[in-house]
Amino acid sequence: MIAQQLVYGVILGMVYALLAVGYSLVFGILRLLNMSHGSVYAFGAHMALMAVTLTWGLPAAFIFTIVATGVLNVVINNVVLAPLRARNAPNITLLISVTGVSYIIQNGLMLTFGSTRMPFPKIFDYGNITIGGVTITSTQLSILIVTLLLFAILFLITNCTKMGLAMRCSSQNPKAANLVGIDVRKVVTFTFFLSGMSAAVAGYMIAGYYEMVYFTMGTAAGLKAFAAAVLGGIGVLYGSVAGGVIVGIAEAMATTFLGSNYAEASAYVILFLVLLLKPSGLFGKDNLEKV
Amino acid sequence: MKNKLLELKDVNTYYGSIHALKGVSMEIYEGEIVTLIGSNGAGKSTTLSSITGLTPPQSGSIIFEGKDITKEKSANIIKMGIGISPEGREVFPTLTVMENLKAGAYTRTSKTEIKESLDHVFELFPRLQERKKQYAGTLSGGEQQMLAIGRAMMCKPKLLLLDEPSLGLAPNLVEMIFKLIMRINKTGVTVMLIEQNANMALQISDRGYVLETGKVTLSGPAEDLRTNDEVRKAYLGNA
Repeated sequence: MIAQQLVYGVILGMVYALLAVGYSLVFGILRLLNMSHGSVYAFGAHMALMAVTLTWGLPAAFIFTIVATGVLNVVINNVVLAPLRARNAPNITLLISVTGVSYIIQNGLMLTFGSTRMPFPKIFDYGNITIGGVTITSTQLSILIVTLLLFAILFLITNCTKMGLAMRCSSQNPKAANLVGIDVRKVVTFTFFLSGMSAAVAGYMIAGYYEMVYFTMGTAAGLKAFAAAVLGGIGVLYGSVAGGVIVGIAEAMATTFLGSNYAEASAYVILFLVLLLKPSGLFGKDNLEKV
Repeated sequence: MKNKLLELKDVNTYYGSIHALKGVSMEIYEGEIVTLIGSNGAGKSTTLSSITGLTPPQSGSIIFEGKDITKEKSANIIKMGIGISPEGREVFPTLTVMENLKAGAYTRTSKTEIKESLDHVFELFPRLQERKKQYAGTLSGGEQQMLAIGRAMMCKPKLLLLDEPSLGLAPNLVEMIFKLIMRINKTGVTVMLIEQNANMALQISDRGYVLETGKVTLSGPAEDLRTNDEVRKAYLGNA
């Protein structure tokens, strides 16, 4: 029973982690809470729905979803945020702007796709696997594999490529990054694409998992993933992964032992407790900017 | 006559509404060490950030190797061969020493050439090689300064800009940094230097410029400045 719930929690948590990583990527480089991220994730799910409805087949639908959502995020940055940054707008202005963008995306989705819940075909449906009394569906297993794969890709990009080095430099000290010849604006654009990409994958996975897509689907998931990012230490990628998994497990456990009414709150209770003990989050770096 | 490497012509730079550089003109020739002297807020650092494109001038022009770089992006300016060790060192604290140096070579592509520069930097600063796996934030002030200069050397600069390289360092380290600046200069790198320690800076320099509230008020051979009464009174503290 507990083992079974643990499996559910981990799968759910991996998807939260995907979203949390998106928050962390952008926060790491701009110190900005990208409140449009939940809506971008909903946008990804709708792009997936469109591609699936057009019977494009999984690989094409997957790539289309990633590219479309990544591009949306780049557009948000280049059209809304970059001009504000160029005028040295305070962070609060940027925060309000992305919150506005979030509603624009949501309403855009409603106007285009309607306000009802739309069915989404189950993905990777090849039956169940039972190991030692714990049943895991092929869908869950696939979500696990896909998210792990994406984390591996993100890890490789940030730690083993030149662009990743540029991302880390820009995140730690944008001025110095410019002075070694890094085009920080390009790095920010790329970061937004990566963040959109991970939101797209999360959207696709969750749509296929719950077999449902609707325009407000990003609100609760976005907030919980944000909690997960803060919990793990926002700006730290592996922290976000850990935070996501913790939130997922907490939610599954709360559903089982306390009832689903408490599930939604569990993420925030844990967040609160962790922040009381360690305000920078589990893996957060306290003195990042003091050195 | 040596070749002109860098020229500033009537450069005006603003920080918001503050007119920080008021028609600054300078010339730097190949192989020189040139010192900028001036009190806080005189526009020394702004001169450097105008050259590197961080605060592009509103008017006037900056010519590097015959090319106008006034409106160029920082990334392109660095790529042309201008390296800078900024004020306050500004190393990447949670990158290792090695990663910091690699970041310094960001504009370059040839792996063998980058390796050559790395060997050169380690030869100049053996301490950096010993600490190459350490996070830059855990280094001492002197080591961070070495790293900042080493990082600037990684772009294989023709012109090296050094903003207060001796600030906050113990006297023996200050001397070491100055010796290294001379060594780097001997390998054919032109150096532009900002220093609180004007006396020492002028000793190793060929020429100097004195800046006051955004204007060049005096310039000439370093030796002349060192013996100039006004300069001695205002900046050398041994009138």
